[in-house]
Amino acid sequence: MKANLKVALVGNPNTGKSTLFNSLTGLNQKIGNFPGVTVDKKTGQTKLNAAQEAMVIDLPGAYSLYPKSKDEGIVLDVLVDPNNPAHPDLVVFIADATNLKRNLLLYTQVADLKIPVIIALNMMDLAKRSGIQVKVDELAAKLGIRIVPISARSGAGIDDLKQAIADANAIPLQTDVLDVNELAPAGMVERVQAQFKLANPYTALQYLHHYQQLSFLEARQTESLAQEVQQSDFNSQQLQARETIARYQFINEVLFDTVSSPDNPIQESYSNRIDHVLTHKIWGFAIFMAVLFIIFQSIYAWSEYPMSLIESLFIWLVNAVHDYLPAGALTNLLADGILAGLSGVLVFIPQIAILFAFIAVLEDTGYMARVTFMMDRIMRKVGLNGKSVVPIIGGLACAVPSIMSARNIENWKDRIITIMVTPLVSCSARLPIYTLLIALVVPDERMFGLFNLQGLALMGMYLLSMLSAVLVAWVMKYLIKARERGYFIMELPVYRMPRWNNVALTVYEKVKAFVLEAGKVIIAISVILWVLASYGPPAKFKAIDQQFASPAYTAKYSAEQITQLKASAKLENSFAGILGKSIEPVIKPLGFDWKIGIALITSFAAREVFVGTMATLYSVEGDASRMDSVKEKMAEARNPETGELVFTLPVAFSLMIFYAYAMQCMSTLAVVYRETKSWKWPITQFVYMTAMAYLASLLVYQFLK
Amino acid sequence: MKTKLSQLAPGESGIIKEFTDLEMSVKLMEMGCLPGEAIQVERIAPLGDPIAVNISGYQLSLRKKEASTIILQ
Repeated sequence: MKANLKVALVGNPNTGKSTLFNSLTGLNQKIGNFPGVTVDKKTGQTKLNAAQEAMVIDLPGAYSLYPKSKDEGIVLDVLVDPNNPAHPDLVVFIADATNLKRNLLLYTQVADLKIPVIIALNMMDLAKRSGIQVKVDELAAKLGIRIVPISARSGAGIDDLKQAIADANAIPLQTDVLDVNELAPAGMVERVQAQFKLANPYTALQYLHHYQQLSFLEARQTESLAQEVQQSDFNSQQLQARETIARYQFINEVLFDTVSSPDNPIQESYSNRIDHVLTHKIWGFAIFMAVLFIIFQSIYAWSEYPMSLIESLFIWLVNAVHDYLPAGALTNLLADGILAGLSGVLVFIPQIAILFAFIAVLEDTGYMARVTFMMDRIMRKVGLNGKSVVPIIGGLACAVPSIMSARNIENWKDRIITIMVTPLVSCSARLPIYTLLIALVVPDERMFGLFNLQGLALMGMYLLSMLSAVLVAWVMKYLIKARERGYFIMELPVYRMPRWNNVALTVYEKVKAFVLEAGKVIIAISVILWVLASYGPPAKFKAIDQQFASPAYTAKYSAEQITQLKASAKLENSFAGILGKSIEPVIKPLGFDWKIGIALITSFAAREVFVGTMATLYSVEGDASRMDSVKEKMAEARNPETGELVFTLPVAFSLMIFYAYAMQCMSTLAVVYRETKSWKWPITQFVYMTAMAYLASLLVYQFLK
Repeated sequence: MKTKLSQLAPGESGIIKEFTDLEMSVKLMEMGCLPGEAIQVERIAPLGDPIAVNISGYQLSLRKKEASTIILQ
């Protein structure tokens, strides 16, 4: 076969496709996007044997080639378009041996596209345990292809699969399933084949069914297909139904003497017994609440030590830079600009890792699907969908991947509402702001000797964010018009132990994406900020220098005090100070001064920047040789005019509420634009969230003051 | 009187006869709900909707409104 063979993994969701992908490619994988959409495109290299390598593409899970979701649309697009860069030379179809019938539906469709295909028959061990017997050789003979039994989990059969990929033929050998010409009014398929020069009739049929969706068709082509469909009596839904039934007939015949199931297939499985508890009227919700509680407590407790480790490392580094490098603008840029920014990025790693580890485990075990099942009724009431639970819970980590994950919601209206409210959920970027401010104003004491007050305050912020998301969704339910009806037909996968490899890989990917993607923005902003805070109009800076050099000051203050006063005056007159001051009248009713104003402005790029901004602002002002933590600096901060502490309880809470609601994340807005393909939604989101933030902060501050 | 899937209590089962909604039927059949296939209601979500059914050896969840488009024999 070809030197660099392209192999696509195709299969139903929950069949172990990503596990197989991981064991084929290991850490040799790249995550990108399919052009035009934000569906993850995972590719990787695998060594088939000593001489051959192959490129493996992990296509999203799909139940059929008739797409009901964006993920399924991608599979269709890639398989039907030979010019698609991901179009494979060979399809490895992963089938779940415990549910062959449903799995083979998609297989027969792929087979009819006449792309060379082999089947990796996964979960043979599970099938055996439940009494299902598969005569692999007979089945393979009937389908005319190779079938390799594997266990993606244990890795059994992977080497055989690699060899089968290496040995695979370049021409399709599979048995014909259906006579495609019978699946459409007479002559139609031939006409499309002739017009588009398609060798394969089933590809032509897909053109007829999906001409509005296929991304590679030109407008002119779409139009002529539309005409063809209108002229003939082509009822897409009815023909799909007929085709599906015909395919199942074929499958039933094939499976009749190759697969035998036990006589009493409907029996109490262990998964079912677990469900009795986990989806129980009372226990179900209690356990779900407990799971959420454990997740937050863990994020709080487990990340504390590694985070302070990272912080102290950077404090040490900054000190070292100041001590060992010659004093000057470059050293300051490195220490207070770049290192401060870098520390602001890396300090998030523990929290992101812990949260994604939990989410990965919940998804992998099958529990997330049950949460969806339990919550659908409530979620639907407020205009969401049981499937919105995943993006919304994912929003606890980061709105960006969560909004992308909302593409699994087939219904347009449910999806838009989910996208609109997900950024209200407290993401991990808000967590350091909350922890910092809570640590400043809430005493580290226990209530009733049990609950940590700081932990309670944090949980309150999270509950508030959830509640707000629900309320806004409910309002939007009445404001947004529905385009089509909503489905909730979803597989409940069997409970399984989490695959720790997958969990570890997910965590690694998310952390890497965060450090690389968000990190770039954060460091850039930190540097810009440092420049803004260190420089100002030259005339003013000169005046300040002269003012503090005058005998009036040198006589009264020590050299050290003068340096400090001078730095403070310079910050106030720097570009950042001017900017902060210009918005001070607007934010004063919320209890914020111009320094917080600077932080608010820079946070509109990304919330993470808040802590970094605070660090930069206060280190520029403070004495460079005394590099204590941001928290201590903020705790000591006083209003230079009144001498009162800046961060009082009302200010801290007003600030937290502002961060809870304000749309301060460029990446989220960019992702919303990409997902909705319109500026209308990100702009709406920005406006409504910022207005809400201002009003809520105003209320909180005026009430607590 | 036709029996709809949505009318079954947990533990009860039936054989699928036909669908009342063409568009939904395509999705349902893709998921294995075919005419002639045995289907059993396994449980109802704590809030009364959706329901979980057992079809061809696996568990599927669907809303009652969707289940009401499945007519049983």
